Amino acid sequence: MLNDVTFGQYYPTKSFVHNMDPRAKLLFVIAYIVAIFIANNFFGLILVTLALIFFILLARVPFGRVLRSIKMILFLIVFTAILNLLFYAGGENDIVLAQWWIITISWQSIINTIFLAMRLLLLVLGTALLTLTTTPVALTDGIESLLKPLKYIKFPVHELALIMSIALRFIPSLMEETNRIISAQKARGANFEKGGLIKRAKAMIPVLIPLLVSAFRRAEDLGDAMDARCYSGAKGRTKYKKLTFTWRDLLGLLFFAALITGIVLLNTYLLGRFDIIWQVQQWFGI
Amino acid sequence: MRIVAKGLTYVYNPKSPFATQALKGVDLTIEEGEFFGIIGHTGSGKSTFVQHLNALIRLTGGELKIGDYDLADKKCKVLELRSKVGMVFQYPEYQLFAETVKKDVGFGLKNFRKGISEEEADAAIREALRVAGIDYDEVAEKSPFELSGGQRRRVAIAGVIVTKPEVLILDEPAAGLDPLGKKELMELLHAIHGQWCKTVVIVSHDMDEIAENCTHAAVFSEGRVALCGTPKEIFSRGDELAAMGLGVPVTARAAQIMRGRGYAVNTDFTCDDFVNKVLALYRAENAAGAPAGGTHKESAGGAGDAE
Repeated sequence: MLNDVTFGQYYPTKSFVHNMDPRAKLLFVIAYIVAIFIANNFFGLILVTLALIFFILLARVPFGRVLRSIKMILFLIVFTAILNLLFYAGGENDIVLAQWWIITISWQSIINTIFLAMRLLLLVLGTALLTLTTTPVALTDGIESLLKPLKYIKFPVHELALIMSIALRFIPSLMEETNRIISAQKARGANFEKGGLIKRAKAMIPVLIPLLVSAFRRAEDLGDAMDARCYSGAKGRTKYKKLTFTWRDLLGLLFFAALITGIVLLNTYLLGRFDIIWQVQQWFGI
Repeated sequence: MRIVAKGLTYVYNPKSPFATQALKGVDLTIEEGEFFGIIGHTGSGKSTFVQHLNALIRLTGGELKIGDYDLADKKCKVLELRSKVGMVFQYPEYQLFAETVKKDVGFGLKNFRKGISEEEADAAIREALRVAGIDYDEVAEKSPFELSGGQRRRVAIAGVIVTKPEVLILDEPAAGLDPLGKKELMELLHAIHGQWCKTVVIVSHDMDEIAENCTHAAVFSEGRVALCGTPKEIFSRGDELAAMGLGVPVTARAAQIMRGRGYAVNTDFTCDDFVNKVLALYRAENAAGAPAGGTHKESAGGAGDAE
Protein backbone atom coordinates (compact mmCIF):
# COMPACT_ATOMS: atom_id res chain seq x y z
CA MET A 1 0.00 0.00 0.00
CA LEU A 2 2.80 2.38 0.90
CA ASN A 3 5.28 1.01 -1.58
CA ASP A 4 4.61 3.77 -4.06
CA VAL A 5 5.95 6.52 -1.85
CA THR A 6 9.45 7.14 -3.09
CA PHE A 7 10.75 8.94 -0.06
CA GLY A 8 14.47 8.88 0.36
CA GLN A 9 14.70 7.80 -3.23
CA TYR A 10 18.47 7.39 -3.23
CA TYR A 11 19.63 5.49 -6.29
CA PRO A 12 22.68 3.48 -5.29
CA THR A 13 25.40 3.49 -7.90
CA LYS A 14 28.86 4.95 -8.34
CA SER A 15 29.23 8.07 -10.40
CA PHE A 16 30.86 11.45 -10.61
CA VAL A 17 27.77 13.13 -9.19
CA HIS A 18 27.36 10.60 -6.39
CA ASN A 19 30.90 11.31 -5.29
CA MET A 20 30.53 15.08 -5.11
CA ASP A 21 30.47 16.79 -1.75
CA PRO A 22 26.86 17.13 -0.52
CA ARG A 23 27.47 20.78 0.40
CA ALA A 24 28.64 21.48 -3.14
CA LYS A 25 25.62 19.68 -4.53
CA LEU A 26 23.28 21.72 -2.34
CA LEU A 27 24.90 24.94 -3.52
CA PHE A 28 24.77 23.78 -7.13
CA VAL A 29 21.08 23.03 -6.82
CA ILE A 30 20.57 26.56 -5.53
CA ALA A 31 22.58 27.88 -8.49
CA TYR A 32 20.50 25.71 -10.79
CA ILE A 33 17.26 27.10 -9.37
CA VAL A 34 18.57 30.64 -9.76
CA ALA A 35 19.46 29.81 -13.36
CA ILE A 36 15.93 28.57 -14.02
CA PHE A 37 14.42 31.73 -12.67
CA ILE A 38 16.68 34.29 -14.28
CA ALA A 39 16.29 32.70 -17.70
CA ASN A 40 13.63 34.77 -19.44
CA ASN A 41 13.54 33.20 -22.86
CA PHE A 42 13.21 29.67 -24.21
CA PHE A 43 16.86 29.52 -25.20
CA GLY A 44 17.84 29.96 -21.57
CA LEU A 45 15.52 27.19 -20.47
CA ILE A 46 16.82 24.93 -23.22
CA LEU A 47 20.32 25.58 -21.98
CA VAL A 48 19.26 24.61 -18.45
CA THR A 49 17.58 21.48 -19.82
CA LEU A 50 20.76 20.49 -21.61
CA ALA A 51 22.73 21.04 -18.41
CA LEU A 52 20.24 18.84 -16.55
CA ILE A 53 20.44 16.05 -19.15
CA PHE A 54 24.21 16.27 -18.98
CA PHE A 55 24.11 15.85 -15.19
CA ILE A 56 21.65 12.95 -15.36
CA LEU A 57 23.96 11.15 -17.78
CA LEU A 58 26.90 11.98 -15.53
CA ALA A 59 25.04 10.58 -12.50
CA ARG A 60 24.27 7.31 -14.33
CA VAL A 61 20.71 7.33 -13.04
CA PRO A 62 18.17 5.97 -15.56
CA PHE A 63 16.00 8.74 -17.06
CA GLY A 64 12.89 6.83 -16.07
CA ARG A 65 13.87 7.04 -12.41
CA VAL A 66 14.32 10.80 -12.62
CA LEU A 67 11.09 11.31 -14.54
CA ARG A 68 9.18 9.26 -11.99
CA SER A 69 9.64 12.06 -9.47
CA ILE A 70 7.25 14.22 -11.52
CA LYS A 71 4.42 11.81 -10.78
CA MET A 72 3.84 13.23 -7.32
CA ILE A 73 3.49 16.83 -8.42
CA LEU A 74 2.09 16.32 -11.88
CA PHE A 75 -1.29 17.46 -10.61
CA LEU A 76 0.20 20.66 -9.25
CA ILE A 77 1.91 21.43 -12.54
CA VAL A 78 -1.22 20.80 -14.60
CA PHE A 79 -3.33 22.82 -12.16
CA THR A 80 -1.07 25.87 -12.19
CA ALA A 81 -0.68 25.60 -15.94
CA ILE A 82 -4.43 25.64 -16.50
CA LEU A 83 -4.96 28.55 -14.11
CA ASN A 84 -2.17 30.42 -15.81
CA LEU A 85 -3.55 29.69 -19.26
CA LEU A 86 -7.03 30.95 -18.41
CA PHE A 87 -6.36 33.86 -16.12
CA TYR A 88 -3.09 35.31 -17.38
CA ALA A 89 -3.58 39.04 -17.63
CA GLY A 90 -1.08 40.27 -20.11
CA GLY A 91 -0.28 43.67 -21.51
CA GLU A 92 -2.21 45.67 -24.07
CA ASN A 93 -0.69 44.18 -27.18
CA ASP A 94 -1.78 40.63 -26.33
CA ILE A 95 -2.97 38.68 -29.33
CA VAL A 96 -6.29 37.42 -28.02
CA LEU A 97 -7.42 34.06 -29.38
CA ALA A 98 -10.54 33.47 -27.31
CA GLN A 99 -12.41 35.41 -24.67
CA TRP A 100 -15.31 34.50 -22.43
CA TRP A 101 -16.39 36.23 -19.21
CA ILE A 102 -13.17 36.78 -17.22
CA ILE A 103 -11.30 34.13 -19.14
CA THR A 104 -8.94 35.20 -21.89
CA ILE A 105 -6.70 32.97 -23.93
CA SER A 106 -4.01 34.75 -25.88
CA TRP A 107 -0.75 33.78 -27.53
CA GLN A 108 0.97 35.37 -24.60
CA SER A 109 -0.88 33.29 -22.07
CA ILE A 110 -0.11 30.08 -23.99
CA ILE A 111 3.56 30.91 -24.13
CA ASN A 112 3.59 31.93 -20.51
CA THR A 113 1.99 28.65 -19.55
CA ILE A 114 4.51 26.57 -21.43
CA PHE A 115 7.24 28.64 -19.87
CA LEU A 116 5.91 28.14 -16.36
CA ALA A 117 5.36 24.41 -16.82
CA MET A 118 8.91 24.05 -18.10
CA ARG A 119 10.28 25.94 -15.14
CA LEU A 120 8.38 23.77 -12.65
CA LEU A 121 9.42 20.57 -14.39
CA LEU A 122 13.06 21.57 -14.47
CA LEU A 123 12.85 22.57 -10.81
CA VAL A 124 11.44 19.22 -9.73
CA LEU A 125 13.75 17.15 -11.91
CA GLY A 126 16.84 18.99 -10.71
CA THR A 127 16.02 18.63 -7.04
CA ALA A 128 15.06 15.00 -7.63
CA LEU A 129 18.50 14.41 -9.07
CA LEU A 130 19.97 15.75 -5.83
CA THR A 131 18.03 13.28 -3.69
CA LEU A 132 18.69 10.47 -6.14
CA THR A 133 22.42 10.92 -5.92
CA THR A 134 22.81 11.89 -2.25
CA THR A 135 21.89 9.77 0.74
CA PRO A 136 19.63 11.53 3.24
CA VAL A 137 22.37 11.29 5.85
CA ALA A 138 24.92 13.00 3.59
CA LEU A 139 22.31 15.63 2.82
CA THR A 140 21.70 16.48 6.46
CA ASP A 141 25.45 16.55 7.06
CA GLY A 142 25.75 18.98 4.20
CA ILE A 143 22.94 21.18 5.48
CA GLU A 144 24.41 21.19 8.97
CA SER A 145 27.76 22.22 7.61
CA LEU A 146 26.29 24.96 5.40
CA LEU A 147 24.22 26.38 8.25
CA LYS A 148 27.18 26.51 10.63
CA PRO A 149 27.51 30.31 10.46
CA LEU A 150 24.07 30.58 12.09
CA LYS A 151 25.61 29.24 15.30
CA TYR A 152 26.90 32.73 16.01
CA ILE A 153 23.37 33.99 16.39
CA LYS A 154 22.63 31.08 18.79
CA PHE A 155 20.68 29.11 16.24
CA PRO A 156 20.73 25.40 17.27
CA VAL A 157 22.19 24.09 14.01
CA HIS A 158 23.48 20.81 15.36
CA GLU A 159 20.28 19.96 17.20
CA LEU A 160 18.24 20.75 14.13
CA ALA A 161 20.45 18.57 11.95
CA LEU A 162 20.21 15.77 14.52
CA ILE A 163 16.43 15.98 14.55
CA MET A 164 16.45 15.85 10.78
CA SER A 165 18.72 12.84 10.55
CA ILE A 166 16.75 11.00 13.24
CA ALA A 167 13.53 11.72 11.39
CA LEU A 168 15.05 10.49 8.14
CA ARG A 169 16.49 7.45 9.85
CA PHE A 170 13.11 6.45 11.25
CA ILE A 171 11.04 6.92 8.13
CA PRO A 172 11.84 3.46 6.72
CA SER A 173 11.41 1.83 10.12
CA LEU A 174 8.06 3.46 10.73
CA MET A 175 7.01 2.70 7.17
CA GLU A 176 7.80 -0.96 7.72
CA GLU A 177 5.93 -0.86 10.99
CA THR A 178 2.97 0.80 9.29
CA ASN A 179 2.90 -1.89 6.64
CA ARG A 180 2.99 -4.57 9.30
CA ILE A 181 0.16 -3.00 11.29
CA ILE A 182 -1.88 -2.50 8.12
CA SER A 183 -1.37 -6.18 7.29
CA ALA A 184 -2.34 -7.21 10.80
CA GLN A 185 -5.54 -5.16 10.72
CA LYS A 186 -6.33 -6.34 7.19
CA ALA A 187 -6.01 -9.90 8.46
CA ARG A 188 -8.69 -8.94 10.98
CA GLY A 189 -10.93 -7.82 8.16
CA ALA A 190 -10.16 -4.10 8.10
CA ASN A 191 -10.81 -2.43 4.77
CA PHE A 192 -8.85 0.69 3.87
CA GLU A 193 -9.95 1.03 0.29
CA LYS A 194 -13.71 1.34 0.53
CA GLY A 195 -15.98 4.17 1.60
CA GLY A 196 -15.88 7.93 1.52
CA LEU A 197 -13.26 10.22 2.92
CA ILE A 198 -14.55 10.18 6.50
CA LYS A 199 -15.01 6.43 6.52
CA ARG A 200 -11.49 5.94 5.22
CA ALA A 201 -10.04 8.33 7.76
CA LYS A 202 -11.86 6.40 10.47
CA ALA A 203 -10.50 3.15 9.10
CA MET A 204 -6.99 4.48 9.69
CA ILE A 205 -7.48 4.75 13.47
CA PRO A 206 -6.58 1.09 14.09
CA VAL A 207 -3.33 1.79 12.26
CA LEU A 208 -2.46 5.21 13.65
CA ILE A 209 -2.86 4.41 17.34
CA PRO A 210 -0.51 1.41 17.40
CA LEU A 211 1.89 3.36 15.18
CA LEU A 212 1.93 6.30 17.57
CA VAL A 213 2.45 4.03 20.56
CA SER A 214 5.32 2.33 18.81
CA ALA A 215 6.88 5.64 17.75
CA PHE A 216 6.92 6.78 21.38
CA ARG A 217 8.43 3.47 22.44
CA ARG A 218 11.14 3.82 19.83
CA ALA A 219 11.83 7.40 20.85
CA GLU A 220 12.29 6.36 24.47
CA ASP A 221 14.60 3.52 23.49
CA LEU A 222 16.62 5.85 21.29
CA GLY A 223 16.90 8.39 24.10
CA ASP A 224 18.16 5.70 26.46
CA ALA A 225 20.65 4.45 23.90
CA MET A 226 21.97 7.99 23.36
CA ASP A 227 22.26 8.57 27.10
CA ALA A 228 24.06 5.26 27.48
CA ARG A 229 26.64 6.45 24.98
CA CYS A 230 27.01 9.77 26.76
CA TYR A 231 25.57 11.94 24.04
CA SER A 232 25.79 15.53 25.18
CA GLY A 233 25.05 17.69 22.17
CA ALA A 234 27.32 19.41 19.71
CA LYS A 235 30.09 20.35 22.09
CA GLY A 236 33.31 18.46 21.45
CA ARG A 237 31.63 16.14 19.01
CA THR A 238 33.68 14.84 16.10
CA LYS A 239 32.46 13.59 12.74
CA TYR A 240 32.68 10.01 11.54
CA LYS A 241 32.54 11.13 7.93
CA LYS A 242 34.37 14.37 7.25
CA LEU A 243 33.17 16.34 4.27
CA THR A 244 35.86 17.53 1.88
CA PHE A 245 35.69 19.47 -1.33
CA THR A 246 37.46 17.78 -4.24
CA TRP A 247 38.34 18.49 -7.86
CA ARG A 248 34.85 17.25 -8.78
CA ASP A 249 33.30 20.12 -6.86
CA LEU A 250 35.66 22.60 -8.48
CA LEU A 251 34.60 21.33 -11.91
CA GLY A 252 30.97 21.62 -10.83
CA LEU A 253 31.57 25.16 -9.66
CA LEU A 254 33.06 26.13 -13.01
CA PHE A 255 30.19 24.40 -14.81
CA PHE A 256 27.49 26.27 -12.92
CA ALA A 257 29.33 29.57 -13.18
CA ALA A 258 29.40 29.00 -16.94
CA LEU A 259 25.71 28.06 -16.96
CA ILE A 260 24.62 31.22 -15.18
CA THR A 261 26.88 33.37 -17.33
CA GLY A 262 25.44 31.72 -20.42
CA ILE A 263 21.91 32.44 -19.33
CA VAL A 264 22.66 36.06 -18.52
CA LEU A 265 24.20 36.41 -21.98
CA LEU A 266 21.20 34.78 -23.63
CA ASN A 267 18.93 37.13 -21.68
CA THR A 268 20.84 40.15 -22.83
CA TYR A 269 21.53 39.31 -26.45
CA LEU A 270 18.44 37.37 -27.43
CA LEU A 271 14.87 38.49 -27.41
CA GLY A 272 12.39 38.21 -24.54
CA ARG A 273 10.09 35.26 -24.17
CA PHE A 274 7.15 36.65 -26.15
CA ASP A 275 9.16 37.69 -29.15
CA ILE A 276 8.94 34.14 -30.37
CA ILE A 277 5.40 35.05 -31.43
CA TRP A 278 6.63 37.57 -33.98
CA GLN A 279 9.20 35.15 -35.22
CA VAL A 280 6.67 32.36 -35.66
CA GLN A 281 4.36 34.79 -37.41
CA GLN A 282 7.13 35.79 -39.76
CA TRP A 283 8.02 32.15 -40.52
CA PHE A 284 4.48 31.19 -41.35
CA GLY A 285 3.59 34.51 -42.91
CA ILE A 286 0.56 35.07 -40.66
CA MET B 1 -9.16 -26.67 4.74
CA ARG B 2 -6.28 -28.15 2.83
CA ILE B 3 -3.55 -25.77 1.72
CA VAL B 4 -1.82 -26.58 -1.55
CA ALA B 5 0.91 -24.40 -3.03
CA LYS B 6 2.56 -25.21 -6.34
CA GLY B 7 5.48 -23.34 -7.80
CA LEU B 8 4.77 -20.22 -5.78
CA THR B 9 7.04 -17.31 -6.68
CA TYR B 10 7.20 -13.74 -5.41
CA VAL B 11 9.46 -10.76 -6.08
CA TYR B 12 9.66 -7.71 -3.81
CA ASN B 13 10.13 -4.34 -5.56
CA PRO B 14 10.11 -5.80 -9.04
CA LYS B 15 11.96 -3.87 -11.77
CA SER B 16 14.08 -1.81 -9.40
CA PRO B 17 17.62 -2.06 -8.11
CA PHE B 18 16.15 -3.35 -4.85
CA ALA B 19 14.32 -6.29 -6.48
CA THR B 20 14.63 -9.40 -4.37
CA GLN B 21 13.10 -12.74 -5.17
CA ALA B 22 11.66 -13.94 -1.87
CA LEU B 23 10.01 -17.10 -3.18
CA LYS B 24 11.56 -19.14 -5.96
CA GLY B 25 8.96 -21.84 -6.47
CA VAL B 26 7.44 -23.15 -3.26
CA ASP B 27 5.68 -26.53 -3.39
CA LEU B 28 3.98 -27.35 -0.13
CA THR B 29 0.84 -29.09 1.05
CA ILE B 30 -0.58 -28.61 4.52
CA GLU B 31 -3.31 -31.10 5.32
CA GLU B 32 -6.31 -30.25 7.43
CA GLY B 33 -5.80 -31.00 11.10
CA GLU B 34 -2.04 -30.66 11.15
CA PHE B 35 -0.06 -28.65 13.67
CA PHE B 36 2.37 -27.41 11.10
CA GLY B 37 5.75 -25.82 11.74
CA ILE B 38 7.61 -23.60 9.29
CA ILE B 39 11.30 -23.28 9.95
CA GLY B 40 13.84 -21.12 8.20
CA HIS B 41 16.33 -18.32 8.37
CA THR B 42 15.43 -14.66 8.26
CA GLY B 43 15.03 -13.97 4.57
CA SER B 44 14.29 -17.58 3.65
CA GLY B 45 10.82 -16.57 2.47
CA LYS B 46 8.76 -18.08 5.25
CA SER B 47 7.01 -14.85 6.24
CA THR B 48 6.30 -14.04 2.59
CA PHE B 49 4.82 -17.49 2.17
CA VAL B 50 2.48 -17.30 5.15
CA GLN B 51 1.27 -13.86 4.11
CA HIS B 52 0.12 -15.44 0.86
CA LEU B 53 -2.11 -17.79 2.80
CA ASN B 54 -4.68 -15.12 3.61
CA ALA B 55 -4.08 -12.96 0.58
CA LEU B 56 -2.21 -10.20 2.40
CA ILE B 57 0.22 -10.65 -0.45
CA ARG B 58 -1.61 -11.33 -3.66
CA LEU B 59 -0.48 -14.24 -5.76
CA THR B 60 1.80 -13.17 -8.62
CA GLY B 61 3.28 -16.49 -9.71
CA GLY B 62 2.34 -20.12 -9.25
CA GLU B 63 -0.74 -21.74 -7.78
CA LEU B 64 -2.26 -21.57 -4.33
CA LYS B 65 -5.45 -23.23 -3.19
CA ILE B 66 -6.84 -22.97 0.31
CA GLY B 67 -9.78 -25.30 0.67
CA ASP B 68 -12.09 -24.24 -2.13
CA TYR B 69 -10.52 -20.82 -2.50
CA ASP B 70 -8.31 -20.43 -5.53
CA LEU B 71 -5.98 -17.50 -4.94
CA ALA B 72 -5.05 -17.34 -8.62
CA ASP B 73 -8.64 -16.36 -9.33
CA LYS B 74 -8.98 -12.57 -9.35
CA LYS B 75 -12.57 -12.86 -8.10
CA CYS B 76 -11.55 -14.87 -5.04
CA LYS B 77 -13.50 -13.64 -2.01
CA VAL B 78 -10.61 -12.24 -0.01
CA LEU B 79 -12.58 -11.00 2.98
CA GLU B 80 -14.30 -14.35 3.40
CA LEU B 81 -10.98 -16.13 3.10
CA ARG B 82 -9.43 -13.90 5.75
CA SER B 83 -12.18 -14.78 8.19
CA LYS B 84 -11.34 -18.46 7.68
CA VAL B 85 -7.57 -18.10 7.76
CA GLY B 86 -6.61 -16.20 10.91
CA MET B 87 -3.19 -14.59 11.02
CA VAL B 88 -1.29 -13.58 14.14
CA PHE B 89 1.75 -11.48 13.35
CA GLN B 90 4.99 -11.25 15.25
CA TYR B 91 4.53 -9.29 18.48
CA PRO B 92 0.77 -9.07 17.95
CA GLU B 93 0.37 -7.06 21.14
CA TYR B 94 1.57 -4.00 19.22
CA GLN B 95 -1.47 -4.03 16.95
CA LEU B 96 -3.97 -3.41 19.78
CA PHE B 97 -5.63 -0.04 19.47
CA ALA B 98 -9.14 0.16 20.90
CA GLU B 99 -10.16 1.82 24.17
CA THR B 100 -11.18 -1.46 25.74
CA VAL B 101 -10.12 -5.07 25.40
CA LYS B 102 -13.67 -5.97 24.47
CA LYS B 103 -13.76 -3.54 21.56
CA ASP B 104 -10.39 -4.67 20.33
CA VAL B 105 -11.29 -8.34 20.32
CA GLY B 106 -14.58 -7.46 18.64
CA PHE B 107 -12.85 -5.52 15.84
CA GLY B 108 -12.36 -8.50 13.54
CA LEU B 109 -15.74 -9.92 14.39
CA LYS B 110 -17.53 -6.76 13.35
CA ASN B 111 -15.48 -6.47 10.17
CA PHE B 112 -16.22 -9.99 9.05
CA ARG B 113 -19.79 -10.32 10.22
CA LYS B 114 -21.45 -7.02 9.49
CA GLY B 115 -24.62 -6.47 11.48
CA ILE B 116 -23.88 -9.05 14.14
CA SER B 117 -26.07 -8.45 17.22
CA GLU B 118 -24.50 -7.09 20.42
CA GLU B 119 -25.41 -10.19 22.42
CA GLU B 120 -23.99 -12.52 19.83
CA ALA B 121 -20.79 -10.48 19.56
CA ASP B 122 -20.48 -10.32 23.33
CA ALA B 123 -20.82 -14.09 23.65
CA ALA B 124 -18.20 -14.68 20.96
CA ILE B 125 -15.77 -12.23 22.58
CA ARG B 126 -16.29 -13.83 25.99
CA GLU B 127 -15.65 -17.26 24.51
CA ALA B 128 -12.52 -16.20 22.58
CA LEU B 129 -11.05 -14.55 25.68
CA ARG B 130 -11.82 -17.65 27.74
CA VAL B 131 -9.99 -19.87 25.24
CA ALA B 132 -7.07 -17.45 25.20
CA GLY B 133 -6.89 -17.77 28.98
CA ILE B 134 -8.09 -14.29 29.88
CA ASP B 135 -10.77 -13.58 32.46
CA TYR B 136 -13.48 -11.64 30.64
CA ASP B 137 -15.03 -10.01 33.70
CA GLU B 138 -11.69 -8.77 34.92
CA VAL B 139 -10.28 -7.21 31.76
CA ALA B 140 -13.07 -6.66 29.23
CA GLU B 141 -13.57 -3.01 30.14
CA LYS B 142 -9.89 -2.24 30.70
CA SER B 143 -7.67 -0.52 28.18
CA PRO B 144 -5.39 -3.01 26.42
CA PHE B 145 -2.48 -0.74 27.33
CA GLU B 146 -3.02 -1.42 31.03
CA LEU B 147 -2.32 -5.13 30.68
CA SER B 148 0.99 -6.96 31.03
CA GLY B 149 2.88 -8.01 27.90
CA GLY B 150 1.84 -11.66 28.13
CA GLN B 151 -1.80 -10.74 28.68
CA ARG B 152 -1.72 -8.34 25.75
CA ARG B 153 -0.44 -11.08 23.48
CA ARG B 154 -3.28 -13.35 24.60
CA VAL B 155 -5.80 -10.59 23.96
CA ALA B 156 -4.33 -10.12 20.47
CA ILE B 157 -4.64 -13.83 19.78
CA ALA B 158 -8.22 -13.73 21.06
CA GLY B 159 -8.85 -10.92 18.58
CA VAL B 160 -7.89 -13.25 15.74
CA ILE B 161 -9.56 -16.48 16.88
CA VAL B 162 -12.81 -14.69 17.70
CA THR B 163 -14.13 -15.44 14.20
CA LYS B 164 -13.33 -19.15 14.64
CA PRO B 165 -11.00 -19.43 11.66
CA GLU B 166 -10.41 -22.92 10.31
CA VAL B 167 -6.70 -22.25 9.88
CA LEU B 168 -4.69 -20.23 12.38
CA ILE B 169 -1.27 -18.95 11.34
CA LEU B 170 1.14 -17.53 13.91
CA ASP B 171 4.42 -15.82 13.03
CA GLU B 172 6.92 -16.43 15.84
CA PRO B 173 4.18 -16.62 18.48
CA ALA B 174 6.58 -17.12 21.38
CA ALA B 175 9.12 -14.43 20.43
CA GLY B 176 10.21 -12.34 23.39
CA LEU B 177 8.49 -14.47 26.04
CA ASP B 178 10.24 -16.03 29.04
CA PRO B 179 10.44 -19.85 29.23
CA LEU B 180 7.31 -20.14 31.35
CA GLY B 181 5.44 -17.79 29.03
CA LYS B 182 6.52 -19.86 26.04
CA LYS B 183 5.32 -23.04 27.66
CA GLU B 184 1.95 -21.52 28.50
CA LEU B 185 1.58 -20.11 25.02
CA MET B 186 2.24 -23.48 23.43
CA GLU B 187 -0.33 -25.06 25.75
CA LEU B 188 -2.76 -22.39 24.61
CA LEU B 189 -2.06 -23.21 20.96
CA HIS B 190 -2.68 -26.89 21.58
CA ALA B 191 -5.98 -26.03 23.24
CA ILE B 192 -6.92 -23.90 20.22
CA HIS B 193 -5.80 -26.64 17.84
CA GLY B 194 -8.03 -29.15 19.51
CA GLN B 195 -11.29 -27.27 19.75
CA TRP B 196 -11.19 -24.05 17.70
CA CYS B 197 -9.03 -24.18 14.65
CA LYS B 198 -8.60 -27.38 12.70
CA THR B 199 -5.18 -26.45 11.39
CA VAL B 200 -2.50 -24.45 13.18
CA VAL B 201 0.60 -23.19 11.39
CA ILE B 202 3.46 -21.69 13.35
CA VAL B 203 6.55 -19.98 11.99
CA SER B 204 9.48 -20.44 14.32
CA HIS B 205 13.23 -20.32 14.75
CA ASP B 206 13.10 -22.53 17.79
CA MET B 207 13.80 -26.14 16.82
CA ASP B 208 12.81 -27.45 20.25
CA GLU B 209 9.46 -25.74 19.88
CA ILE B 210 8.90 -27.42 16.50
CA ALA B 211 10.06 -30.86 17.67
CA GLU B 212 7.93 -30.66 20.77
CA ASN B 213 4.70 -29.37 19.28
CA CYS B 214 4.33 -29.92 15.57
CA THR B 215 2.92 -32.90 13.75
CA HIS B 216 4.51 -31.82 10.49
CA ALA B 217 7.02 -29.21 9.45
CA ALA B 218 8.74 -27.68 6.46
CA VAL B 219 12.17 -26.10 6.25
CA PHE B 220 12.45 -23.03 4.03
CA SER B 221 15.77 -22.13 2.54
CA GLU B 222 16.43 -19.41 -0.03
CA GLY B 223 12.86 -19.19 -1.21
CA ARG B 224 12.22 -22.91 -1.54
CA VAL B 225 11.04 -25.77 0.64
CA ALA B 226 14.23 -27.67 1.40
CA LEU B 227 12.81 -30.36 3.69
CA CYS B 228 9.30 -31.37 4.52
CA GLY B 229 7.83 -34.08 6.71
CA THR B 230 7.37 -35.02 10.34
CA PRO B 231 9.80 -33.52 12.85
CA LYS B 232 11.28 -36.98 13.17
CA GLU B 233 12.10 -37.11 9.48
CA ILE B 234 13.42 -33.58 9.40
CA PHE B 235 15.60 -33.66 12.48
CA SER B 236 17.18 -36.98 11.61
CA ARG B 237 18.82 -35.06 8.75
CA GLY B 238 20.86 -32.85 11.00
CA ASP B 239 23.72 -32.53 8.52
CA GLU B 240 21.52 -30.99 5.87
CA LEU B 241 20.07 -28.58 8.41
CA ALA B 242 23.56 -27.61 9.53
CA ALA B 243 24.51 -26.96 5.90
CA MET B 244 21.59 -24.50 5.75
CA GLY B 245 22.87 -22.83 8.90
CA LEU B 246 20.06 -24.22 11.02
CA GLY B 247 20.35 -26.17 14.25
CA VAL B 248 18.54 -29.18 15.59
CA PRO B 249 16.60 -29.63 18.85
CA VAL B 250 18.63 -30.47 21.93
CA THR B 251 17.22 -34.00 21.83
CA ALA B 252 18.62 -34.52 18.35
CA ARG B 253 22.02 -33.32 19.52
CA ALA B 254 21.92 -35.70 22.46
CA ALA B 255 20.81 -38.57 20.21
CA GLN B 256 23.73 -37.87 17.94
CA ILE B 257 26.19 -37.97 20.82
CA MET B 258 24.71 -41.26 21.92
CA ARG B 259 24.99 -42.65 18.43
CA GLY B 260 28.65 -41.72 18.50
CA ARG B 261 29.03 -43.79 21.63
CA GLY B 262 27.33 -46.76 20.11
CA TYR B 263 23.70 -46.32 21.08
CA ALA B 264 21.02 -45.86 18.43
CA VAL B 265 18.06 -43.96 19.93
CA ASN B 266 15.07 -44.20 17.63
CA THR B 267 13.19 -41.15 18.96
CA ASP B 268 10.81 -38.64 17.43
CA PHE B 269 12.81 -35.91 19.22
CA THR B 270 10.19 -34.82 21.75
CA CYS B 271 11.72 -34.71 25.24
CA ASP B 272 9.21 -37.19 26.56
CA ASP B 273 9.84 -39.78 23.90
CA PHE B 274 13.58 -39.27 24.07
CA VAL B 275 13.71 -39.89 27.81
CA ASN B 276 11.50 -42.97 27.45
CA LYS B 277 13.73 -44.43 24.77
CA VAL B 278 16.89 -43.73 26.74
CA LEU B 279 15.37 -45.25 29.88
CA ALA B 280 14.37 -48.32 27.86
CA LEU B 281 17.97 -48.70 26.68
CA TYR B 282 19.19 -48.25 30.24
CA ARG B 283 16.82 -50.87 31.61
CA ALA B 284 17.61 -53.32 28.84
CA GLU B 285 21.28 -53.02 29.62
CA ASN B 286 20.77 -53.38 33.36
CA ALA B 287 18.66 -56.50 32.80
CA ALA B 288 21.35 -57.99 30.60
CA GLY B 289 23.80 -57.16 33.37
CA ALA B 290 26.73 -57.18 31.00
CA PRO B 291 29.79 -56.08 32.99
CA ALA B 292 31.42 -54.61 29.86
CA GLY B 293 28.55 -52.11 29.56
CA GLY B 294 29.78 -50.10 32.55
CA THR B 295 31.06 -47.16 30.55
CA HIS B 296 28.04 -47.30 28.29
CA LYS B 297 25.66 -47.04 31.20
CA GLU B 298 27.43 -43.95 32.39
CA SER B 299 27.17 -42.22 29.04
CA ALA B 300 23.56 -43.19 28.55
CA GLY B 301 22.70 -41.88 32.01
CA GLY B 302 24.61 -38.69 31.35
CA ALA B 303 22.67 -37.89 28.21
CA GLY B 304 19.42 -38.68 29.97
CA ASP B 305 20.25 -36.32 32.80
CA ALA B 306 20.94 -33.54 30.40
CA GLU B 307 17.28 -33.56 29.61
